[in-house]
Formats: sequence, C-alpha cells, structure tokens
Amino acid sequence: MNRKLAAAAAILGFAINGAAIAQNEQFVPANFYWVGPYAPGGSGFGGGIIDYMQMLNERDGGINGVKLTWEKCETEYNNARGVECYERSKKKGPTGATVVHPLSTGITYSLIEKATADKIPLISMGYGRTSAADGRVFPYVFPLITTYWSQATVLIKFIGQKAGGMDKLKGKKIAFVYHDSAYGKEPIPVLTDMAKQYGYELIPLAVPHPGNEQQAQWLQIRQAKPDNVILWGWGVMNPTALKAAAKIGYPRDKIIGAWWSGAEEDVLPAGSAAKGYISAGFNAPGSEFPVMKDIKKFVYDKGKGEFEDKSRFGSIYHTRGVVAGIVTTEAIRLAQAKFGKGKPITGEQMRWGIEHLNIDEKRLKELGASGLMPTLKVSCMDHEGSGLVKFQQWDGAKWKVITDWMEPDRKLVREKVEADASQYAKEKGIQPRDCSKDAL
Amino acid sequence: MLYREAGQFKSTYAQDQQIFPILQDRVAVAALLVVAFIVVPIVGDQYWLAALITPFLILSLAALGLNILTGYAGQLSLGAAAFMAIGAFMTYNAVLRIPGIPILAAFAIGGLCAAAVGIVFGLPSLRIKGLYLAVATLACQFFVLWALNRVGWFSNYSSSGVITAQQMSILGYPIATPAAKYLLTLSVVAVLALAAKNLMRSATGRAFMAVRDMDVAASVIGIPMMKTKLLAFAISSFYCGVAGALYAYCYLGTVEPEAFTLDLSFRVLFMIIIGGVGSILGSFLGAAFITLFPILLSVGSKWIETLLGIEMSHAVVSNTEAIIFGSLIILFLIVEPLGLARMWQVVKEKLRLWPFPH
Repeated sequence: MNRKLAAAAAILGFAINGAAIAQNEQFVPANFYWVGPYAPGGSGFGGGIIDYMQMLNERDGGINGVKLTWEKCETEYNNARGVECYERSKKKGPTGATVVHPLSTGITYSLIEKATADKIPLISMGYGRTSAADGRVFPYVFPLITTYWSQATVLIKFIGQKAGGMDKLKGKKIAFVYHDSAYGKEPIPVLTDMAKQYGYELIPLAVPHPGNEQQAQWLQIRQAKPDNVILWGWGVMNPTALKAAAKIGYPRDKIIGAWWSGAEEDVLPAGSAAKGYISAGFNAPGSEFPVMKDIKKFVYDKGKGEFEDKSRFGSIYHTRGVVAGIVTTEAIRLAQAKFGKGKPITGEQMRWGIEHLNIDEKRLKELGASGLMPTLKVSCMDHEGSGLVKFQQWDGAKWKVITDWMEPDRKLVREKVEADASQYAKEKGIQPRDCSKDAL
Repeated sequence: MLYREAGQFKSTYAQDQQIFPILQDRVAVAALLVVAFIVVPIVGDQYWLAALITPFLILSLAALGLNILTGYAGQLSLGAAAFMAIGAFMTYNAVLRIPGIPILAAFAIGGLCAAAVGIVFGLPSLRIKGLYLAVATLACQFFVLWALNRVGWFSNYSSSGVITAQQMSILGYPIATPAAKYLLTLSVVAVLALAAKNLMRSATGRAFMAVRDMDVAASVIGIPMMKTKLLAFAISSFYCGVAGALYAYCYLGTVEPEAFTLDLSFRVLFMIIIGGVGSILGSFLGAAFITLFPILLSVGSKWIETLLGIEMSHAVVSNTEAIIFGSLIILFLIVEPLGLARMWQVVKEKLRLWPFPH
C-alpha cells in the first residue's frame, strides 16, 4: 500500500514539476529510427541534430534563454509508425511541435497534408517531395538545401564532366540502381528527360526493400555493360550493391552514389570492395569544424553525447544531422527576432522563420560551420534555398571531397517542380499563395 | 451473478437464433456502440482518434477479412496486405476517373476489385492446400506490389508512385477532421462486422466451416468446393480491400505501395493468431493487441525512464517488442490456439456460474 502511495505521489510530483518547468522551452520532436535496416542513417542524423541542440543548451543556455527540448520517438522508417509519432509529438511542449524532420520520403508524403492542416512546418532536408520546393503550393513543407531532382541533374553533369563534356554523353549507357520506393522513384522523370536531352541510354533497375538481395540486378549490369552506374540506395542496400559490383568486377569508380548512399556506414561494411566509389553529398564530414569542436567540448566531454560509439562522431550522417540542427535553430532564432525574443515560438511563426532563412558565408563562419554546408537562402517561391551538391570519393579509410559545390540545372528542375506542384494544387483544390504578399 | 441467463426464456425460433441470445450481451454491445459512436468522438483527443483508434479499427477490418478466409474457411493466406493495396489504389482510381462518385461507392469499387483479384489467386486453392497455398498467396503479395509499382496507370503516373487520397465528403458534409474520419471508419467497420457475423451463421458460413474442418467430407455431403472456396477468397479480399481503402483515406492520407509490404500481411496474420482464429471478436482483440501494444510499450518506457531514472535505449524498446511478439505467438499457438477470443469465452462461461460453480 505504502509503495503504491509513494508511486502515485511520485507521478503527481512529476506532473506538477513538468508543468512548472515547461514554460520557457522550445520543443522539437526527434522522430527518427534507431533500429532496423535503415538505423545507421536514422541514428546518425538523429544523433547529430540532438547533439547540436544539446550543445546550444549547454553553451548558450538555449536560444535567447529558451531551452531546446526534444523527445525521441521510434518510427522504424515505417509510414504508419511515423504518423503515430507525429500525432504523439505535435501537442508536446508549451507551443507544440516546432518543426518535424520526418527523415523518410514516405513519412514526409504522409505528413504533408496533416502538418499543413496543423500548421507545423516539415523540413525534409535532402529528401521528400521535390515539388514542395514550390512554396506557393506547399507553404509548410521545406525540402531545404537540395532536392532529389537537383541532385539528379548534378549527377549527370558530374558524369558528363568526367567523360570530358556533356556532348560526350551521347550514346553512353547509364544504369540507375534504385531503392524501389517513393525515395528511389522520385528522380526517374528527370533522368529520363535528361536522357532525351543528352542522348544517353538510361537503364533503370529496381531493388526491392530492404535491398540485401541484388544478384539479379548486377547480373543485368554485367550483361548491359553500362558506362556508369548511379546508385540510389539507402541503408543496407548500399554496401550490398558495392559488394555485388566487386563480385562481377564492375569498376567501383564508375559507380556514383546519391547522398543517401555516401556515408561511412554505407562503405565500411563493404570493406575493400568500396574503395574508389564516388558519391554525392550536401554536407562535409569531419570533426575539425569549430562547431564540431564545440559539440565535443560541451556535450561529449561531459558524457552527454548521443553516440556510444565515438568513432561515429563527425561522420557524414552525424554532420548532416548537425546541419539539420543549424537550419532548425537558425530559423527559431529568426522567428524569435521577429515575434519576441526569449519566448517560445509557434509552428506558424517557425514557418515564417524558415521561409526567411538566409545563411550566408558570414553567418556560417559565425556558426563555425564554413565548408560544412552550402549557403542557404530560402524564399516563398523557393523552399529549396540552395541546390548545391559536392562529390566525394572513398579512399578505403575516409571520404575525400573531390569537387567544389556544383550547380544543378536550375531551369529544368524549376520547370518540373512548378508543373508537378500546379498539378498537385489542381488535384487538391489549393489556391497557390501570392508570394508578393508577405503573410504570416 | 451479473452474467446469468436464468429467467430468460425463448419462446420462438427467432429469439433462439438471434445474434446475441443473452440479454446482458445485447446490452453490452449496445452500450459499446453508444460509447464508440457518441462518447469517443466527444472525449477522445486528436492523438487518440487519429493515431490509435482509427488504425485499430481499420486493421480489425483487415484481420476480420483474413479471419473469414483463414479462420472460417481454413485457407491459409499471406496476401492480406496485397488486397489492402488493391483496395487503396483502386479506390483512388475510382474517385479520380469517375467524376462525382460517392466515396462509399468508391470504397465498394476498391473492395470489389480486390475481390476479383482474390478470386484469381484463389484458384490454386482448388488444387493445393495448407503451406503450398500459403506460398501461392505469397506470390499474390509480390505480384500485386510489383504491378502497382511498375504500371503507372495505378498511381496516375505519379513520379514517385505515391497516391494522395482525395478529399472526401458524404452528402455534402466534408470528412476532414480526425473525428469525422473516425466516425466514417467506425460506421463502415460496424456494418461489415455485423454482416460478417451474420454471414457466419448462414448456410454459406457453415459451408466455409465444413470445408475448413474436412474438405473431402464437405464435398461428399454436397458442398460445392469451387464455389465455396472462391467465395471465401472473394469475401475475404473484399473486406481487406475496403480496409486498405480506409487505411489510405482515413488514416495515412498518402500511401505508396511500400505501405502494404509482406510485413503488414504478417502483422494481420499475427492479429488473428493472437486474437483468435475463426472468431469475429478475435479479429478485434488481436488488432487491438498488435496495434496498441508497441505504442503502449514505447510510451510505457518513457514513464519508466522518468519514474525510475533509468534510460532505456530505443533499440532495447523496439527489440523488446519483437521479442514479446515472438514469444506470445509461440505461447498462443501452444497454450491457446484459439487466441484471446477463446480466453474471453472461457471467462464468460465461468461468469455464468459464478459465484457458485457447482
């Protein structure tokens, strides 16, 4: 009996306590995944964003005195679980969920309508629905930094450059090995359009989820002998592909990966089979950036870091999560400057903040993140904000950046984005916003 | 004491054959419906309605569909999710291509298309049984997802293969809020569950059970094998198809074929194993258990963390879920093959005699 009473008292005390401290806080849900075939990406990215927020709390006491809080929810990269986590987290904290990073193209698709109705912005950084870059139709969705279609154009550009000019692409064969989901299928229209433009032959090869069976696909590659292979994989599919390529003797430096195929976790399990493999990226790895040093000093040295395995510190997924943290907190900062410093902001105000983000070289330097990410300028028309992509090569021990930031084919991408967005608007009966009016 | 039927006399055949012959059951079911239709939408907040109860009801319907085929007619199937996918995608196409179609008619079209495919993939059941039939339905699972992924027509040539549910309205009333979607789901599920309950008490249902218990004997006493088995496939697929349509329209809103993988088929199968094979109630109990338990576990782990100050890693919680499910399925198969529904029945029988068992 006594024990029961004590437990009840403890619960009650916790509830009161929780209510008392939950005033000056900004809640950011951490709906990622720590188990399953995609756990390396989910835990790395999630670890990065949480580490960055923890660092701000420890170093600066939050943002203008508003502490950042978060709560983890396991989505397992599964749409239904992702929706459940979203519903669970959207009312937490004094102002509800500030912003959601779904970290899954499928979950992003499932949340677009729900989040727009709930006035909670979605940031799908480097994934999600590309046409959401048209902010007139998708006010609450931000495929920040760069999208799949931008990446697809840069990949073809890179292959063209390596061949010695875009005109050299004529008659070439490019195999496209992709994860058979919304994520993998998204770039196909752009790749086929470019195939018509540049005269290369595209060989699409689907790999079913989760991607640990690829014998058949690589046999087809052996038969077709493509000049290049674009690997658009995710999770366990990536090392499997590299091993399969090694088995049929396909040269690894002819395989160009997407940015979700280019992390340490994607190449290490393949061992020596991965050497020479090239992949795209929109963030640089490394633990020497000033911001990473701060995370080391204020978070890891105090034993509050997210990773138990310290070798993952500064890996690609980790710094990508840090970039997500920077983007999120910079938008909060901006929204606070407009709507009241030192107060938690709502999702609606956060939306304004993200839409007016302008992270230039100077700001990147102040943040200690020069070279970690490209500059970013978001607007109502353009929810992507950058589009720049870098390439890196695995030398057997670490990723080496081999190009500067490369520009996408903006005209082609924008045309397709607007066409797709206006079709969506028509299907859904959405009246696109007028971007000349700066509404909240 | 409370649950005793003494004094309840049945003087007509109709009374003897009603669905719930015991007064207390009738009262309980009526109370449950009142609570579900009136109290829950008023009391339940958005999280409960949109993230817990609606998916529970939808998966109950899918489990019910599989239970008709596997539990009542004895045909093992691993294709429940494929039929759900057909229901979802064909409902989308019906709304897209037939202007002004009422949403319920579109659900029915989705269900009927699933039923048609179900009949085709049910044909092997005329020749093969048991495990071999399960493999044939497995082929259905892979074939359907392959077709939905490859044939652009199904997703209206969407570049990513994703379909987005159109807005719904019934008689001009928009179905947009979680409460409205819940009520729509509940109405569909309640009507179909009642239909299933009645079906199983009819000649058709008895024919299903005869086929399940021994198909040679059933054919000897004159039950047409082909008609009965194909009918079971058709009805079961129809239920799964409608469940899939609800899954897309009332729950996720936007779906890709990957939402209906083999994983979901297995989950639906686990629902009927844990809930009760060959029981309407079991479908609901199993669905409740399988959908709500992982959420309970993850919310519960938070409570444990704050109360005891132990940090539980996500990997531990998620793996615990897999371990508990696995052990429970083995446990149920050994100890109570008829599942939670049978346990409930045992309790009811005990209650009838309580407090004087002799």
